[in-house]
Amino acid sequence: MRHLRTLLVAAAGLATALVGVGFSQAQDWGIYQSGDKRSGYTFAQPETQAMQDDDFENPAFLLVDAAADLWEQPEGELGKTCAECHGDVESLKGVGARYPVYSEDWGKLMNIEQRINWCRTENMKADAWKWESDAMLGMVSLVKSQSRGMPMSVAIDGPAAPFYEKGKAFYYERRGQLDMACANCHEDHAGEMLRANLLSQGQANGFPTYRLKWQKVGSLHRRFRGCNKQVRAEPYKAGSDEYVNLELFVSHRANGLPVESPAVRN
Amino acid sequence: MAKPKPRVRAPKKAAKGEVIEIKTLISHPMESGLRKDSKTGELIPRKIINKFVCSYNGDEVFSADFHPAISANPYMAFYVKAEESGELVFTWTDDDGSSYSKTAKIEVA
Repeated sequence: MRHLRTLLVAAAGLATALVGVGFSQAQDWGIYQSGDKRSGYTFAQPETQAMQDDDFENPAFLLVDAAADLWEQPEGELGKTCAECHGDVESLKGVGARYPVYSEDWGKLMNIEQRINWCRTENMKADAWKWESDAMLGMVSLVKSQSRGMPMSVAIDGPAAPFYEKGKAFYYERRGQLDMACANCHEDHAGEMLRANLLSQGQANGFPTYRLKWQKVGSLHRRFRGCNKQVRAEPYKAGSDEYVNLELFVSHRANGLPVESPAVRN
Repeated sequence: MAKPKPRVRAPKKAAKGEVIEIKTLISHPMESGLRKDSKTGELIPRKIINKFVCSYNGDEVFSADFHPAISANPYMAFYVKAEESGELVFTWTDDDGSSYSKTAKIEVA
């Protein structure tokens, strides 16, 4: 009898839990939702959301502040600053919502990291920054944060179209020893648990992101590498054509969601 | 390394006698002096913020001594009782003797 009672209590608990999950999916997430798309923000714990909501608590702003100083700092042989060409960094409002874009000079896609390094090497005659360096992450966050709240609006027509197709193929292609595609988790099982983690839709609107697991700000390509390693596939290099094409696909996939960079995620 | 940048959040207005929360943060590497350079094997000299003081209209209301186990970018939140309008001055003292400070004005009604 006691066993039966325990079982009943457990079943009741489970039912409540299921109702709880059902309720949270029906919740109105305001700007963090666009149709069926839900920002990673809506999958985060309330504590994590609070960190993102308050710029003082958001650790990524240490790098953003440092980048605001770099914006005014002369660099390279020509001794130019970012501000000399671009004026106030606010002039880059909107950039974070539409990159990556097709570059005529390169004949391929260019994302913001590559655009910054292109500016540095071509216009300032300065050394390129390393992809995952504090300076680069800070500058990308600074530029993207100018567009915070604006809906992602990445274009995939014209010359960007073939690159979009390549990125899309990457997204749906199974890879690695576990033989899994990006879509197997982020489309087929978003909102479900993967061991102890709640799977998000993998929307890219918050990158670069301060990730609690990393205890650091990281780029979207670092996240790609992490995902690829988790399915036991050989990751590509950050900044490789494969990842920039994928970045175009996932950025376009997030169209309509607000730019949140620098977001805070677990 | 970029110059340490202090950040403070304190309410601009408070009622008399109200207990207000103040949050402070300073960007600083807090080099403990125990780490070695991975290439040369030499010890990296210690460079940390060793003291933090908050004064309210000249009176010290809160202070802290920092030691090498404090993490980089030390964040501190504490409470102060608002008694009169005036100025809160926050000062961080570095190992090399330099200090960084920030001021916040508060109006007590």
